[in-house]
Amino acid sequence: MTDLADLATPIVMGVLLGGLYALIAMGLSLVFGVMKLINVAHGDLVLFSSYFAYAAMALLGIDPILSLLMGMPLLFAIGFVIQKYLMKRAFGISMEAPLLIAFGISLILQNVQQLTWSPMARGLTPAYALESFSMGPFRFPLAYLLDFIAALVVTFSLREFLRRTYLGKAIHAASQDKRTALLMGINTGRVYAFAFAIAMATAAISGVFLGLTFPFTPTSGVSFLILAFGVVIIGGLGSMVGTFIGGMILGLAQTLGGYFVSATAQMLILYIIVLVVLAVRPQGLFGRKERT
Amino acid sequence: MSQETLLNVSMIDVFHGSLQALWNVSLTIKAGEIVALIGTNSSGKSTLLDTISNLIHPAKGSIEFEGKSITTLEPYETVALGISQVPEGRGIFPDITVLDNLIIGSYNRKARAKREHSLKMVYGLFPRLKERKDQLGNTLSGGEQQMLAIGRGLMSAPKLMLLDEMSLGLAPLVVNYLYEALRGISGRGITIFFVEQNVRRSLAEAERAYILEGGRVVLSGPVAELREEEKVRKAYFGI
Repeated sequence: MTDLADLATPIVMGVLLGGLYALIAMGLSLVFGVMKLINVAHGDLVLFSSYFAYAAMALLGIDPILSLLMGMPLLFAIGFVIQKYLMKRAFGISMEAPLLIAFGISLILQNVQQLTWSPMARGLTPAYALESFSMGPFRFPLAYLLDFIAALVVTFSLREFLRRTYLGKAIHAASQDKRTALLMGINTGRVYAFAFAIAMATAAISGVFLGLTFPFTPTSGVSFLILAFGVVIIGGLGSMVGTFIGGMILGLAQTLGGYFVSATAQMLILYIIVLVVLAVRPQGLFGRKERT
Repeated sequence: MSQETLLNVSMIDVFHGSLQALWNVSLTIKAGEIVALIGTNSSGKSTLLDTISNLIHPAKGSIEFEGKSITTLEPYETVALGISQVPEGRGIFPDITVLDNLIIGSYNRKARAKREHSLKMVYGLFPRLKERKDQLGNTLSGGEQQMLAIGRGLMSAPKLMLLDEMSLGLAPLVVNYLYEALRGISGRGITIFFVEQNVRRSLAEAERAYILEGGRVVLSGPVAELREEEKVRKAYFGI
């Protein structure tokens, strides 16, 4: 009885934390699924949103979640511009050029953020971020619950958007078969720009929730990028629900790894699981097998 | 039937990278016609259709649609003007439903407004698609996929439909059915330009035809004349 009760904490924590991981990975998954672009700047763009929310709070006293009303459109616009004016041209040069551009963006962001904010760790700390909530006899950080709820909302909103709207269907079509999508009258250039913009909007959301959950520094982007890769590998590229479940699995791997082995082994266990999935089912749990 | 020129392709040279695929190709299609494009595999038939759709642009020459130049347009602009291509191999999206496949066909703004009307027409021509509307694309048979591809092409409310090898891999009965549907589509005022491997079939279904060989137009004219042509009889019928 005590054992089960003990397990409850890491399980619940793992699932809730998994929400944050899923949220962060969502944008990466969308961009790779649609444009086959590995956006190595993704983590840093998420951090950009964290710092933006921090600035809004520190300078204007605006609540971080509320600041998304500014942050989301900002990152949406940045994403649109990056895809339309940088990546589109880069794709025309070679398949590797966009990767280099993403690296460039990553470096610029990290350095600008170091200069602006110093390497000191920051956090988004409105009153509720430090609260906890109870479930039966257990208490959990409220931020984790907020992460999970945000992840649910974003995952299902994205899924419905992709399934039901014309733009969503066009994004799906362009990602499956560009030539046929063109024959359908789809302006694939604009569709890719929108897809990237939407991915950046979700990055904006994840940046705020990341900041509410953990302290962050200018180089945190890299660690979260790697984590996001893990989520996407497990869940399958391009599947929103897959990414969500991938996040859950990694969150659980981390907390249960910490519970059964040790706190220091947490991340190791997490990445071992990623490797196993990569070896056994490379397309991820929900990914499509590439037609050879 | 209106005899206005709908499509005018004028002396185009088309390259794939540095390899020339079409030399000085010209053709005219009048509104309401059914015209065939005949030729062997490497004659450049698909390249010609792709150029009309603006997936490729000619290095030389021009293309006019309804009297206006479309030579340098983007593919999506060409669809919006009313040219719809049903590609070789069908290109249906396998992991979405029949209905979603049809809906994506009406993506361009003009077609969206007419969506319900277009759907009715498609279901009328192909009742099978209505039966299977919630099935995924990859669960359809070859013939049904071709119906879906044609239906999808119709959803863009086209004035001109380009069909690339519609009958590939399909049984003769199914092909009959599809050509009957095509006649129905023509009856609704949509102009048809189709590529068909089977020469007898092409000459049976079309009013006029162009014969492409090695990237050049070698013969063209009303179907009755072409049937009599020495070259055609020798090359395609072995007589």
